[in-house]
Order: sequence, then C-alpha cells, then structure tokens
Amino acid sequence: MSENINNNKEPLFSYKNKKLLSNPIGKDNPITIQVLGICSILAVTVQLKPSLVLAISVVAVMGLANVIISLLRNTIPQRIRIIVQLTVIASLVIIVDQVLKAYMYDVSRQLSIFVGLIITNCIIMGRLEGFALYNKAWPSFLDGIGNAAGYGAILLAVAAVRELFGAGTLMNVQIIPDIFYRIGYENNGLFILPPMALITVGVIIWIHRSRDKELIDAS
Amino acid sequence: MAKGYSNKYIFIYASIMVVVVALILSLLATLLQPKQERNIRLEKMQNILASINIEVEREESENVFYDYIVQTKILNHEGEEIEGDAFEVDLQDEIRKELSERQMPLYIAEAENETYYILPLRGAGLWGAIWGYISLKSDFNTIAGANFDHASETPGLGSQIAEKHFENQFKGKKIFDQQGNYRSVKVLREGADPDDPHGVDAITGGTMTCNGVSKMLYDGIKVYKPYFYKQKNYE
Repeated sequence: MSENINNNKEPLFSYKNKKLLSNPIGKDNPITIQVLGICSILAVTVQLKPSLVLAISVVAVMGLANVIISLLRNTIPQRIRIIVQLTVIASLVIIVDQVLKAYMYDVSRQLSIFVGLIITNCIIMGRLEGFALYNKAWPSFLDGIGNAAGYGAILLAVAAVRELFGAGTLMNVQIIPDIFYRIGYENNGLFILPPMALITVGVIIWIHRSRDKELIDAS
Repeated sequence: MAKGYSNKYIFIYASIMVVVVALILSLLATLLQPKQERNIRLEKMQNILASINIEVEREESENVFYDYIVQTKILNHEGEEIEGDAFEVDLQDEIRKELSERQMPLYIAEAENETYYILPLRGAGLWGAIWGYISLKSDFNTIAGANFDHASETPGLGSQIAEKHFENQFKGKKIFDQQGNYRSVKVLREGADPDDPHGVDAITGGTMTCNGVSKMLYDGIKVYKPYFYKQKNYE
C-alpha cells in the first residue's frame, strides 16, 4: 500500500524538479540566454557587496512571489493577472524593506535604492507569468529560487570583474598589490561606468555560448 | 489559471486584494515604526559622534552620546540662541525656510580636553538628499572631522561620500582663508593639491554628488558665520 502512494507522489527532488533549479543557472540563464533583468545589472554591479545583497534579496522575493502566485493561480482572473502579480511583488518587497529597517538596519542602508529595482526586475514577473501561473507551489518555488540564483550568479560575476579592474578591490578589500601601482598599473576608470557592465555581460554570453554549442542561435 | 470570470468577480477579487494588502502593509508599518525610529535616532547620534572622530557601535551611541556632547543650542540667523531642543530640529524643513525664520542646531562637544562645534548640514546630491555633520575646532576655522550620508546616491560611485576615505580628507581643512574671507571647502573634480586648505579630491564617477557636497558645505556653514564672529569677539 505504502509503496503505491509513494509511486503516485513525485519525490520532492525528482529529476524534473532538480532541473527546475539547475537549468536557469546554466542552460536557461535568465540573463545570458533570455536577456532579462539587464537593467539592474547595469545599475548595481560597480561593487561586489551591494550586488551580493541584491542577489540574496531577489532570491527571497522571487521564491516567495512564485509560491504565492502559484497558490492563488486558480483564482486569479486572466484579465487582471498582471496587476495581481505586481501587487504581490511590490507588497513582498515593501515587507522585506520594512522588516530590514527595523531589525537589520545596516543591511537596509546597504540596500537603499535597490529595493525599488527589485520591483521592476523583469525576471520576477517573467517567471510569475511563465511558470507560477501554471504550476504547483513546490515546483514554482524551485523555479523562482533557480532563476534568482542564475540572475545572482551573473550579477556577482560582472560585479567581481568591474570592482577588480575598476577599483582594484573585491568586497572593499584591496586585491591588486600596491607594488603594481608603483610600477605604473592604473585602475581602469571605464569599468566603473555603466557601459562596461553591458560589455562584460556580452563577454559572458560569448563564453557561455562558445562552451555550449546548443545555445547558438542559427538564425 | 481561471479564465472567463465575470466582471463582478474581477471587481470583487481586486477589491479584496487591495484591502488585504493595505491591511497587511499598514499593520506591519505601525508595528515596526517604533523600532525603525529608534534606529534612525541612534544612527543620528552615531553620525554626530563620528564627526568628532569618536567611533561607536550604533547600539552604544545612546549611552555615550551625552558623555561627549556637553551642550546643544538652536541659533537664529543672527547667531543668537533661541529656545528649543536642537536634537529634534528637522533640517529638511529648516533649509526650506527663509533665513530669518530658520532654526540652526549646534552641538558642542568635548573630547580629550578639546571643544568641538558640530554643525549639521543638508543638501541635494544627484538622486536625492545628502546630509552630514562637520565639526570645527574652537578656532571656528579648522575642520576636525566630517561625516556624510545620503538617501539614494549611485551605489559604488556617489555613495562613496559616506566612506571614511572621502570623509577623512576634510580633517585639518580650513573654512576661512588667511585674510578671514569665507571660503568653505570645495570638492574638486580635477583633484586637490594636498596643501590646499580649501579643497579635497572628488570621487571618480561621482561628480554630481560631489558638487552637491560642495554646495551643501558652502551654504550650510555660511549661516553659522554670525555665531562664529560673536564667539570670537567675546574671546
């Protein structure tokens, strides 16, 4: 009897569910493949630390938003679904912001304007629209976490490159030794400016596709 | 996803959603408000102390604040003292008022047998408000320390005004030149000569924010001049 029940029920981390989590980090990355969420990449990747804080916040908001929309999916009227999604995202972000301000004030100072950027992050709405509206809560949760992690990974990679070459530091710790500067090495000011974020993302997309030929768009 | 619902259903659905969300958010905001206000108050004390180079944890700042701050005053535009609690003055409102109506808070601190005069400042950066505290030695000329903060300057660029490497540049700078003319301290994009008593280096990529700092310093310190002259004459 018990075997039967187990057979009918999908295990929590089935192959399919694991794919939901791992695909967006590699093959189906929201930034390098779907090219979503570029706007916030431009804005926050000057330094590694704020990028890390933003990545963690997006993971939290996206996981929760996907679960909530998935639970509500059978009640949401088609015609106002976008408004419902926006309301859920915006409310979650405000709740996170308020709680941080009360209990983790320093983190909330770090976040400052990123909170608004989370609301407008196209990836979150893209996943609600594309996945959570049609799937159960658990797979939706994994999908949200996976996509947020895929977004976060690129965010951190770009930030690391920009902070290292733009300021010679990582997480505000000096990495490039003083002796380099004495020899004549200089920080590259271009890395601090927004265009370099686009170029760095472009290089990452290039590397990603040259390693995985399947991703190359024949057209 | 539910399809083909009637207009009535959609209206009711939207109304309930709005009410529920409004209730949750307002409840949360009300519950958390006292804690948030306390954090802001403690941070203000921490920042004021930081401007005289006393570094304390935010939670500690309330306990030691009045060990250092020996006197608080509100001044008017003629440098005369007026009634009130300086700590409660909201600079955001004051800088919009006519000069003759403005209340100007002043904190007088003592540390290691030196007296410091701490002026709160407020101005505009690139995206939003910037503010800070600057402390003067008892000659009413030499800057002892500075502390800046901002609401929403660009992370990693303009936001660096709140970092030590920027703030520390102000130590030892002078606001009057040798002839006694008011010069303030300017943040110079092209970089400042280390011997220049009225200039500091700007932040690469943060020029607009730095211009805001220059203007905030110039306008913010200027209004205290009558008080400085009065104090000097008494001495």
